[in-house]
Amino acid sequence: MLIRAFGWPEFWIIVYAARWTIALSAIAFIGGGIGGLVIALARVSDLKYPRLIATGFIRIFQGTPLLMQLFLVFFGMNIFGFAINPWIAATIALTLHASAFLGEIWRGCIEAIPPGQKEAATALGLRYFNRMRYVILPQASRIAVAPTVGFLVQLIKGTSLAAIIGFTELTRQGQIINNATFSPFLVFGTVAAVYFILCWPLSVLARRMEVKFSRATTR
Amino acid sequence: MYNFNFEPVLAGFNQLLLGAWLTIQLSVGAMLIGLVVSIFCAWGKTSGPTPLRLVIDAYIEIIRNTPFLVQIFFIFFGLPSLGLRLSPNSAALFALVVNFGAYGTEIIRAGIESVQKGQVEAGTALGLSKVQIFRYIIMKPALRTVYPALTSQFIYLMLNTSVVSVISADDLAAAGNDLQSATFASFEVYITVTLIYLVMSIGFSALFSAIEKRAFKYPLSR
Repeated sequence: MLIRAFGWPEFWIIVYAARWTIALSAIAFIGGGIGGLVIALARVSDLKYPRLIATGFIRIFQGTPLLMQLFLVFFGMNIFGFAINPWIAATIALTLHASAFLGEIWRGCIEAIPPGQKEAATALGLRYFNRMRYVILPQASRIAVAPTVGFLVQLIKGTSLAAIIGFTELTRQGQIINNATFSPFLVFGTVAAVYFILCWPLSVLARRMEVKFSRATTR
Repeated sequence: MYNFNFEPVLAGFNQLLLGAWLTIQLSVGAMLIGLVVSIFCAWGKTSGPTPLRLVIDAYIEIIRNTPFLVQIFFIFFGLPSLGLRLSPNSAALFALVVNFGAYGTEIIRAGIESVQKGQVEAGTALGLSKVQIFRYIIMKPALRTVYPALTSQFIYLMLNTSVVSVISADDLAAAGNDLQSATFASFEVYITVTLIYLVMSIGFSALFSAIEKRAFKYPLSR
């Protein structure tokens, strides 16, 4: 049996592989959320060096392909004496990638808060932590929701590149099935449909929130 | 301790530069053809007949909500079964155009919608033809408005071209893959390739802002 037909079993194998895509996206999103907050705060900090380092970090990750970031972590692990593991490499690379992008998005949101807010909080005697925690971040997070959901879509699509370093998620599973069945339209049509079902509701949600928010803030 | 060995990278550096040149050609080609697609689709979406509008909407949503890697597999492995055999480079260009077209349409459409209705009415009152109105009154200011978004989309496109290396096109990432499998200096090769991408994206950003200063300098009355 060299070529097998594309049937329901193959269809379900592909659909089930989506759980790895979801898991990888979720881990990278949570890790990237934590990293992104650190980067965003460093980026708007009054201290020079954290600001420079955060700026450099963002520039590098936004100015190079995600595929190369994955390769570098994948092969770099070997250099630092770890066994090469696609799972861990993909997780680390996507987390760093998400940290840079979320950091830049959230920086914009923090800077959108009028400086008077910070000055007022300072005048009330709030120190850095409380000022951020109770005054700046709650306001910034309202602006941040829509672009953050938008980035989540980009991140889910980005996890497909983990297939290239041999991590068996949705796209890689599709490739494997395609090699066995040679029905590229059915296989990659199914793969694309699963991504679409994951991403489209988020895209619609992001768009709705953006409209709602811009209506709430104009006048 | 790992010993870094950049000698094979230096020996194959010309190969990488050749790959970088193809990456630039692919990106610029895809951007120019993609812009034509975008302008057509943006026109169709804002003032075309309803069926066309629905088709364009479906195209945009499908492309924007699926990974580029899957799109390129679909095109590269799918088209031959329709009897259309494309070389990896042409398949890559085709996929990049299809991908850029969807993002570009949304950008151009936003620009068109930013042109105020009174402008078009003024154009009509001056006796300009429909084509003239579209070209001078809608497209020119619209392009200026969306220029920053378009240029960052171009950078994104250029970084995305690295994905076409999986169908063994001859771009920079693929040149890196070849060099890597010939020398086994994986990390050294990919860090060099990554730096070349970084230089290209910084270079193009600088170029675009220089163009912006020259081309869109005419004053705005506000």
